[in-house]
This record gives sequence, structure tokens and C-alpha cells, in this order.
Amino acid sequence: MAADLPLLRLRGITKRFGAARALGGVDLEVYPAEVVALVGDNGAGKSTLVKTIAGIFPPDTGEMRFLGEPVRLRGPKDASALGIATVYQDLSLCDNLDVVANLFLGREDVGATRALDEEAMERRALAVLRGLNVTLASVRVPVSALSGGQRQSVAVARAILGAARLVLMDEPTAALGVAQTKQVLELIVRLRHQGLSVMVISHNLADVFQVADRIVVLRLGQLAGNFATKETTREQVVARITGAEAADSRIES
Amino acid sequence: MTTPSAAKGEPGLGSKRGTERLDGLTKIRRKEAGSLPVLIGLVVIWGIFASLNENFLSARNLTNLVLQIAAMGTMSVGVVLVLLLGEIDLSVGAVSGLSAAVMAILNVEHGASAWVSIAAAVASGAAIGALQGAWSTRFRVPSFVVTLAGLLAFQGALLWALGSTGTVNVYDPVIVSLAGTFLPPWIGWTLAALGMAAILLAEGLSARRRSRAGLAPFSRIAIGTRIALVWILAPAVVALLDGDRGVPLALVLLLGVVIGFDFLLRRTRFGRHVFAVGGNAEAARRAGIRADGIRVAVFTLSGALAACGGVLATSRLLAVNQSSGGGDVLLNAIAAAVIGGTSLFGGQGTAWSALTGALVLGSISNGMDLLARPSSVKFMVTGGALLLAVTIDALGRAERKKAGRV
Repeated sequence: MAADLPLLRLRGITKRFGAARALGGVDLEVYPAEVVALVGDNGAGKSTLVKTIAGIFPPDTGEMRFLGEPVRLRGPKDASALGIATVYQDLSLCDNLDVVANLFLGREDVGATRALDEEAMERRALAVLRGLNVTLASVRVPVSALSGGQRQSVAVARAILGAARLVLMDEPTAALGVAQTKQVLELIVRLRHQGLSVMVISHNLADVFQVADRIVVLRLGQLAGNFATKETTREQVVARITGAEAADSRIES
Repeated sequence: MTTPSAAKGEPGLGSKRGTERLDGLTKIRRKEAGSLPVLIGLVVIWGIFASLNENFLSARNLTNLVLQIAAMGTMSVGVVLVLLLGEIDLSVGAVSGLSAAVMAILNVEHGASAWVSIAAAVASGAAIGALQGAWSTRFRVPSFVVTLAGLLAFQGALLWALGSTGTVNVYDPVIVSLAGTFLPPWIGWTLAALGMAAILLAEGLSARRRSRAGLAPFSRIAIGTRIALVWILAPAVVALLDGDRGVPLALVLLLGVVIGFDFLLRRTRFGRHVFAVGGNAEAARRAGIRADGIRVAVFTLSGALAACGGVLATSRLLAVNQSSGGGDVLLNAIAAAVIGGTSLFGGQGTAWSALTGALVLGSISNGMDLLARPSSVKFMVTGGALLLAVTIDALGRAERKKAGRV
């Protein structure tokens, strides 16, 4: 994988909020069809980094390349135009609308008469959900009737409905039970099978070790570790998160 | 709505599951949950008044009922739109009065033609709505306050516009004809036939598009219910109203507004975005919907519909005076939308609730008048009906919430 051109490459990304330094020069690559887990303590800068990639917080300094091309994101629209899709922690679904309406919110298909083309939307919705192996009794139920895992699936399906290449997920399993967490993790694997890259923030190291190809540790706004999941242990990762190891070894490789 | 939740790890929406027929009852309950209580309520109210006074269900009285609710129902459609956003428009009564005054003064005192006067009235209502919507979104002032200020200000503007006489009588045949025209039987029956053909065509086309797209057909029960409603109600209403002077033009106008806005809400992007903003404004914004634009557009429509209601009311009363759009006009328009099943909290409701709610309120008022009850009783009964309707809605919501499906 390392031989490929990285899908996303960050160099020296910094971001300050007034006097507080949120990101202090972060370097990071995400390769095609790779699941990268972003871990770290509260306030380590994980959400800030993801929001920077999503175009919500433009970085103060640093370089961002997408498929080798330098890019400058001025807003979330720039990011989604590149194929960077974000699944927000609160999922951003309209509970009163059905699954199809949520999937196509803001980009509805209309027919020749300018009326909504419900059939075309429903067919595409079924195809996307099937591709993600998501099971719903009906795509015409309001989202409020779905379980937490199903809602997460709908949010992910919506994110990739456009031509997404990188899906950013902020704590997708935080509010879920065991069975639903399993569903979401399968979903992430599914996205990778479809050739998409996934960057996922998580506090749950068990989940991280289960799905991630690479684990990136942030600590106090700086890169504190970058491990291939297969070649590391939980203890190593925890040590980097807490900074216990910081004294004897800086960033490896 | 007892949809089986998806079992974990099942092989997904395979072709078999995908084409599975939606459970008919589920579908009906989900779709009609909002309008079923009000329809039952309407039947009960009609039953009570019919048993107390044999004239209540007479052709003449039901024609009166239709004329009484035409203005209220039209204004209430605008209120439905605003409520769908989770906002409120308290100025619809005052705007209807002021817009009617604009029409009357242009027509009577300045000799403008009826159509120009009506267009000016609707345009002024729309402009007022746009101003209030823009003010509320631009300065982040709650619509409750902006339109409360509007209620006061436009009532004042009405008094100012009417001047010292305080009333303008309207004689223009075109304006008077809006509420004073009754269609001859052949037109009434043609319209009924068109409606019956239209529902068949619409359901047939929808079924064909779904089967072509390889989608599960809608349940036969749901389709059958919709067709049966139109096929029973349309001929029944025309036959009944022909027993008096014929179908009132005002009814056709009201139905046109309701059907038109129902289409706008359910079948267009704009309507979808109204529901989205009312359901979760932040999610709508993140999906690229310009929520503020939607808000201003909805308040503009609400103002325009209030003006239309004012025009219809003037056509019926043949005058605009200082109390036009005052009194219970505003509260009836809001109560009708809520009684019809549109939620006060945004995101839930249909254009039809304006019609059904107006029918409930109109029936109570009309029945009380027939029984020669004073206004005091009328107000109290109407208040009770509103409270009952909202309570039934709240209980239903709580029930659904308990079952894990808001």
C-alpha cells in the first residue's frame, strides 16, 4: 500500500483558536482503500483535525494534497467536491423524513416536470444500502423509527451516495450497543472493500484494532504515534495516548 | 408502525426483501395517523349537531358551512406551512384585513379593476410576509415576536387605511362573485369526474413507475383507501350541494389551494426542504439547504395566503371594516391547522389539515348558531375542541414515542 500515491497527504498542519493551539504541525497520509483510526485523549486535536480535512476549519499553515494535487479547502463544499464525505457525530438526519428523503436531502432527483422523482431515488437508495449490506424493513419509514446502528448506516450511506473517496467518521460507535457496534464496524469494512478510504475517530481501542489498518495517535495537537495495526499492541498505543512513553521515544520511523 | 427492525447480520436488502409488499395497515397508520382522529371527530360533531337540529345536514346549511370556512381554510394552509417549519405567524389575521383593505380601497376609491385590486392585495400580503420572514431570519428574532409586532402594526395600518369612515363597501361584481358564485350542476359534476379520473390516473401512474423501477408496490389497502375516499366524497359533495344552489366557487378555490400546496409540500424539492428545515434545521443546512431562504419563502407564502383569505372574506361580507381580520380570525386559522393534525413543533403535517381543521371549527360554529347558542358558549366549545384535538395528538405522540418510533 505504501507504494501507492496517498489519497490524502497532510504536512505540517497547524490550527490555533485564539491562544489555544489545537494542532501543532501534523503530518498524515491516508492511502486508497485504507481504514485509518484516529485515537487520542480528550482535547488531543482529533476532532479539529477531522474538521480541517472536512473543510470546516481551514488550517492556519501547512499543506494538504489530495491525490498528489495541492488543495485548499475553504468550506465543506470544497471537501465534498473532492470526494471527502463526513458523517457527523450527531448524524445530521431529519427524524421526520424517511430513509430515502434523508439519503437525498439537498440533492433530490427531479423529473422533467420538476416534481420529485421518488422512484429513481428509492431505487438508488436500495442499491447503495444493499452495497453496504444494510438491512432495513422499509426505506419508507421515518428515520426516527430506526435503531442507532441503522441510523448510523443511513448516515454513512448518505455520505457515500455522492462520489465519495474518503469517509470521515467521528465516534460512530460511541452511543451504540454491542450488536449495533458490530453492524457499524462491518459497514466500515464494507466501505474499504468498495475501495473507499475511511478515517475514523474512536475512543474504543477494541473497535479500532478490529477494523483499522493503521492507528494514528494524537497527543496535545501533535502526532504521537503512527502504527500499522498488525505490528502493534494495545499497550503501545495506550502508552502513546497517555504520553507514558514520550520520554524515551519520539515519533517512530 | 410495527415495522420489524432489521435483524443483525442478515444478508441485506436482497431482491426478495426489496420487493416485499409493505404491510398495508402499517402504511395507513403511519400516513394517516395525523388525520384519522380529526376525521372521526368530524363525524362525531356532525352526528351530535344532526341529532340536535335536523337542519344541520341540510343542503342549504352545508352550503353555508362551506362558505363560512373558505377564508379560514385558505389562511390556514399558510399557517400549516409556517408550523411545518416549527415557526408561528400571528399576523395572518391582521394581514388578511389589511390586504382586503388594499383591494377594497384600490377598487372602490381609485377605480382599479377587480383583478388589479386582488393582485395588489395578494402582492401586499406576500410583501408583508417576506418582510417578516426576512426580519426574523436576518436579526434572529423569534417569529413569534416579529409576527406579534406585525399583528399590532398591521391592525393599526388597517385602521389608518380605512380612515374616518372605518368601512369600505365592495360592490364590484368580480370580487363579489368569488364567494357568491354557485356552479351549475354540469360543471360541478364535470369537476367531480375530473377529480375521480385524476386520482385513478395518479395512482395508476405511480404504480406503473414503481413496478418499472423494480420497487415494491404500495399496499393495495392504502391505494384503495385513497381512491375510495375521492370516489365516495366527490359525487356525494356535488350531489348534496346541488340540492341547494350548486357547488360554491369558493369551495373549488379552497380545494385548489389545498391540493396545490399538498403537491408543493409532498412532491417538490421546496416542500421536501420545508419538512427538512422543520425537522432538523442544522442537518438541512449541512445538506446544503438554504434554511433562511426557505423560511423567508414560507412566510411570504403565508402572507400571500392570508391575503387570499382576506379577499374571500371580503367577497362574502361585501365590505372591509375596522374589524376585518380581527376577532377570532387569527386564532381560528391557527387552531384549524392544529386540529387538522399539523404539529406545533415543526416537521409534521399536511396541507389537508387546514381543510379538515377548518371543517371541524366551522361545523362547531355553524351548529351552535343553528341551535341559537350565544357566542359565549361557542367560544367555550371551540376552546374545548382545540384542547381535545391537541391532547389526542400529544397522547398519540407519547404512545408512539414509548414504542420507540416518534
